[in-house]
Amino acid sequence: MKFVDEFRDEALAKGLAAAIAREANPARRYSIMEFCGGHTHAIFRYGVQDLMPENVGFVHGPGCPVCVLPIGRIDNALELAEEHGVILCSYGDMLRVPASKRRSLLKAKAEGADVRMVYSVDDALRIARDNPGREVLFFAIGFETTTPPTAVALRIARAEGLKNFSVFCNHVLTPAALNHLLTAAAVDVDAFIGPSHVSSVIGSRPYEYFTETFRRPVVIAGFEPLDVMQAALMAIRQLNAGHAEVENQYIRVVTREGNLKARAIVDEVFERRESFEWRGLGAVPDSALTIREAYAAFDAEKRFSIVTRSAPDAKSCECAEILRGAKKPVDCKLFGKGCTPDSPVGSCMVSSEGACAAYWTYGRFRREAA
Amino acid sequence: MSVIEARFSAREGKLTGAVEMIHGAGGRATAELIRTLFRRHLDNPLLAQGNDQAAFPVAAGRMVMTTDAHVIAPLFFPGGDIGSLAVHGTINDVAMAGARPLYLSAAFVLEEGFPLADLDRIVASMAQASGAAGVPIVTGDTKVVEKGKGDGVFITTTGIGIVPDGVEISGDRALPGDMVLLSGSIGDHGIAVLSKRENLTFETEILSDSAALHTLVADMVGAVPGIRVLRDPTRGGLGATLNEIAQQSGVGIHLDEAAIPIKPDVSAACELLGLDPLYIANEGKLIAIAPPEKAQLLLAVMRAHPLARDAAIIGEVKHDPHAFVQMRTRFGGNRMVDWLAGDPLPRIC
Amino acid sequence: MCLAIPAEIVSVNDAAETAVVALGPVRKEISIALIENAKPGEFVLVHVGYALHKVSPDEAARTIAMMREAGLDAEIAEFGEAAR
Repeated sequence: MKFVDEFRDEALAKGLAAAIAREANPARRYSIMEFCGGHTHAIFRYGVQDLMPENVGFVHGPGCPVCVLPIGRIDNALELAEEHGVILCSYGDMLRVPASKRRSLLKAKAEGADVRMVYSVDDALRIARDNPGREVLFFAIGFETTTPPTAVALRIARAEGLKNFSVFCNHVLTPAALNHLLTAAAVDVDAFIGPSHVSSVIGSRPYEYFTETFRRPVVIAGFEPLDVMQAALMAIRQLNAGHAEVENQYIRVVTREGNLKARAIVDEVFERRESFEWRGLGAVPDSALTIREAYAAFDAEKRFSIVTRSAPDAKSCECAEILRGAKKPVDCKLFGKGCTPDSPVGSCMVSSEGACAAYWTYGRFRREAA
Repeated sequence: MSVIEARFSAREGKLTGAVEMIHGAGGRATAELIRTLFRRHLDNPLLAQGNDQAAFPVAAGRMVMTTDAHVIAPLFFPGGDIGSLAVHGTINDVAMAGARPLYLSAAFVLEEGFPLADLDRIVASMAQASGAAGVPIVTGDTKVVEKGKGDGVFITTTGIGIVPDGVEISGDRALPGDMVLLSGSIGDHGIAVLSKRENLTFETEILSDSAALHTLVADMVGAVPGIRVLRDPTRGGLGATLNEIAQQSGVGIHLDEAAIPIKPDVSAACELLGLDPLYIANEGKLIAIAPPEKAQLLLAVMRAHPLARDAAIIGEVKHDPHAFVQMRTRFGGNRMVDWLAGDPLPRIC
Repeated sequence: MCLAIPAEIVSVNDAAETAVVALGPVRKEISIALIENAKPGEFVLVHVGYALHKVSPDEAARTIAMMREAGLDAEIAEFGEAAR
């Protein structure tokens, strides 16, 4: 596949590994946080850590929309599916995530709720058209990548006058979370690998404020394993030179301004929430979107008068610390005992790009074989 | 509609009407359905006796028996349908003991309202598959459940077979140093089926690999009677099946990603949906584990068979008390190949 | 987060704002409502059934060239040290 296979090339990986080994100063450690779960996934799936010198380590960040969604919002979705009898549509990733009392949308479906996995929000629109007598609700999750498609769907729904379609909006914003990580959460990392596909939409400009304020390099990188390695090399070079700039490794897709058309559509449909709760980070100001008044008729929060109650994480679950990069999956008492991908307690064990699930699925042998 | 209307129409060349509760009541309608549909397709001397069982002589030695319940959506998919799948799946489960399959049975659970024309297609396909494989369906049963209590049709097939003398194949026999062979490309069946799911539609030429593997197994066992393990990586795919074997045998397995054959359609569809081909189902592939000195001979025998032209040695059995399956990636790193957690759901992240 | 994959535009339906894309031998209809002037032969990044952005072949080639260069530099440096 073009633009895929060439970024998974073993010979180029060896060369980059040699370059990193050469340029990393053995007298210091390099702690690099990859914000996105997509990078976490690539690191584990391709075994990127194996090609890194001992003193270059990756810290897994909170960039997994399934992982950061607070339990209270999933409880809301369950309530909508079970008590309001809606057809609840969401992405496959969301269906297994544990809510309060270890319930999940998949379990609700098993008990008779009409929960449907969709590949695209367009499928939810189609289901609404095909079922005029039923309320169809799209449980919208995701960062700046998944937000524009939801915005397009809302525009289509309004244009068509779809009466039975609504969106439960849980879209969140990356720069606010990054900002929060360094201010309130005070993570101890030297540099960041910045989001790839999020940046294709928002561009590289939003990170500039960030490097100026916090003096840490941000290298925007693609999700292929060679992208991650090249970004690590760029971060190491910046750190060695004492720089703290926004660099763009993912030039084939990311520009400084991003996708202006997509941003305009998002702006037309959504506005910022004052505050939104993130699992692991707590309430983060200006970190999420809500549906604008012009589209209020399609806002499930209004249509069903949704009230979100804060629900605690399971006792002993360290998802919060892990999402901040303060702990590693293996530091959690539940890891591999009460909590596995088959029976997840915390959200980080659910999504295959959650740090715990990635560690369990792809990286466990490092610890056990040692 | 009465059963009289629900019959084979010579002019149309197909059945009309739908399954009704009366078809499962055991009376004249049931007999009519069996006569006009099941026996017309599946005709053989044992079935023709019309008993509730089939009686036949057996050879001395070891026999194997297996049973398999088949449920699939959609019922018809590129490269097969639930009927051919039910025949192939059970023949393969018999064959994975190194055995020669002899006979099959089939039990149908039909949902009220299921079109008889579809049932006709399914039974014809079973007949075709069992005829081609030379393994007749010698007894069967049909029940009907009320509308909404089934998913069209469920088929349970049971198979028996004979194991040749000197062959002892079992999932707990893999030893460190053994080689792991795979008969061809992975994921074809699962991707062919997924491509037809209503909410995922994408276009691909890929066909299910559904096939009866007993003649391949006969060649393999004939050449290398000392094969230690045979298994078909169906649900859960290569990843789950290798984990089962590793657990059963108490060994580790190390794979080489570059050696595992995958068709471009399958890798592209997996990239699109965020799935891992290692966990996608196959219905016409097998894994063999054999002593290292026999691996090349076995590979040559496999490649000489039309169902295993792309066979490859994909890994090696290692000593490992954790019974982990690991893989050297194409990229030069290492990763775990774990059990699959839940169904493989398409991901956005 | 955000699984997305580069695919080539095969045909465009401007009225419906949709396109058929090819990912290797697999084809899928996607929305192009979020991008401008999509043309057959161009590559786009596909996420949840939507094209998010075009992929630049020139910049992709430049990225690969930089990777290769980094590897070569490391090799040359290594060689230099070994020779010393």
